[in-house]
Amino acid sequence: METGFLIQTLASIVAAATPVVLASIGETISEKSGVINLSLDGSIALSAMTAFAVAFTTGSVALGILAAMAVGAFVALVVAFASITLRQQQVAVGFVLTLLCADLADFLGNPFVRKPGPEIPHLPLPCLSAIPVVGPVLFDHNLVVYLSMLSVVAAWWYIYKTQPGLKLQGVGERPESAFARGVNVNRTRYLYCVVGGALVGVAGASYSLSIKLGWSHRHTYGIGWIALAIVIFGGWNPWRVAAGAYLFGLFKALGSILQRDPAFSGVPTQIFSSAPFALMIFALLLVSSEGVDRLLALLPVRLARAIDRTIRGRPPGGLGKPFVQE
Amino acid sequence: MQMKTSRFTDILLALAPLPLALVFTSLVLLIVGGSPLEAYRQILAGAFESPAKVADVVTACVPLILCGAGMCVTFTAGLWNVGVEGQIILGAIFATWVARHVLWPQAPVLTLMMLAGMLGGALWGVLAGLLRVYGKVHEIFGGLGLNYVAQGLVIWLIFNPWKRTEGATMQGTDPFPAPAWMPTLGRLRVAPPAVILALAALVVIYFLLRGTRWGLELKAMGKNFRAAFVLGVPSTPRMLTAFAACGALAGLAGAIRCSAVYGRLIPEISGGLGYLSLLVALLSGYRPQWVPLIALFFAALGVGSPRLELNLHLDSSIGGVIEASVVLAVLLVSGWRALLARRRALREEAA
Repeated sequence: METGFLIQTLASIVAAATPVVLASIGETISEKSGVINLSLDGSIALSAMTAFAVAFTTGSVALGILAAMAVGAFVALVVAFASITLRQQQVAVGFVLTLLCADLADFLGNPFVRKPGPEIPHLPLPCLSAIPVVGPVLFDHNLVVYLSMLSVVAAWWYIYKTQPGLKLQGVGERPESAFARGVNVNRTRYLYCVVGGALVGVAGASYSLSIKLGWSHRHTYGIGWIALAIVIFGGWNPWRVAAGAYLFGLFKALGSILQRDPAFSGVPTQIFSSAPFALMIFALLLVSSEGVDRLLALLPVRLARAIDRTIRGRPPGGLGKPFVQE
Repeated sequence: MQMKTSRFTDILLALAPLPLALVFTSLVLLIVGGSPLEAYRQILAGAFESPAKVADVVTACVPLILCGAGMCVTFTAGLWNVGVEGQIILGAIFATWVARHVLWPQAPVLTLMMLAGMLGGALWGVLAGLLRVYGKVHEIFGGLGLNYVAQGLVIWLIFNPWKRTEGATMQGTDPFPAPAWMPTLGRLRVAPPAVILALAALVVIYFLLRGTRWGLELKAMGKNFRAAFVLGVPSTPRMLTAFAACGALAGLAGAIRCSAVYGRLIPEISGGLGYLSLLVALLSGYRPQWVPLIALFFAALGVGSPRLELNLHLDSSIGGVIEASVVLAVLLVSGWRALLARRRALREEAA
């Protein structure tokens, strides 16, 4: 009974973390190449609405996911065009797009509010799901959940282990040197910004077609900001970003368990809905504040260095800066 | 002749964002099968058809002017103070506390409420500033996180310690005692003191940014942070005072919202005004003198678009779509103009 409960909880964490994993990995790819796509929160809302609307009208979940990908990629394309070609502030464009997409999602999604609709079918992986413990936790979900896990491994392998991945890192870290070696910096940035955006679109679809079925006002409540913060928390490294996302899933699951526990019935529910955002601030404090440096200085040097390496990450050198390619 | 055509294109391009945004919004309206012209007509009528509506527009302007002016300060200093939403909420909470606990005559209690609101907003703003300065947490994340925390706090207050005598609801707290209501103009829903406060704040900010050393130093920080630091601008206190100034104005807006508009504290007391006034400030190019005009435009959209729900069964968020797409169009068009200018310069160099 106890292990059954534990396995069930772990499986629910893996499922619940899906949109955050997909969105933060997508954003990691984009930021690794030097483009901050700050439109995440709105982009997720708009793609979630699109996924549901398309799946609802056509009856095809696959079309819904594809439409969401297209929306996420298109929003990222606008960010890329405005910041790379037009050299506008990435943050300004991203923020305005966040607001625009959120309102668009509300407006266009109005006819679909609280309608029951299709769901991504459950698909336990043959053989793998039969493995004790690991099977039910990791391999007893739907395709998008598997895709989220796959995206972590694939992003890490691509960025650190392949030739084009090295190019991607170079463009984000030192665009001048990459350019000197004959890389078309801006075209590369366009590409990865759009690819990242497509993943963000899938994150939206995973919301409305799997995690929190359907569409309603404020359906994706602030999740994009959490994903953006997790990229910083994870130091722009896919594994650590994923760890951050699953940690977030863990806290969410713990929250909902505590909320049901009679011992915590006195705790107001508003605490539970605000807690992720307070947690976000604390997590960012942990990885960036100088106070932590002072605490680390109290520890033996080697231990301090090891901790510093595990929790800290450096942003790509060219992050957010336009590159003049002339 | 060459000169003349390029100036003509310049003027055309400067005016281009509005029609561009309207074309985009019309497409969005067509997608849901609405008639764009009818929708715009309804919005205009909804905003200006009667004195009562015009009064509502003026009332809706007040928080936008206050927060827009405040954000001119933080943007001038190069800060993305997106925590205004939370600062409005904290201002409203502080003012509500005064309204519930201080039983004085109207004038002193209202003064105290406004001051308390400013204090609450300023504290919340400074908190984001402290996170930025001492915690190295970028103000976008600090501010946004604090917005959601403030939203949780106001709902908790309304459902627990400050719940209605007949039971907690999303309708908000019990109405304030009569002295805590800001007097309105006859039966219109516009409170002259609120309008005066907003315009006064705007003038103060205009002169602070233009004519004082503080304003100049903020401008220097915004233009080039490192250079300003090297030249001896005390960046930490300047940053924190910028956050405090913007927070105080946002807090004042929150206090005015609950005293002059609702007469109680409601969960939606900020209702996205913080983000909307960020658009106002962006559109004004951080120049306070342009804020009232833009605020008027946004307020009219805000007051007019709920009519679409009643008459055309369309969601009122189309108002937000127009507002955000105007700002996006301005960004795109000004980027496009800069691109054309660069190309022109290159061509002249080659020639």
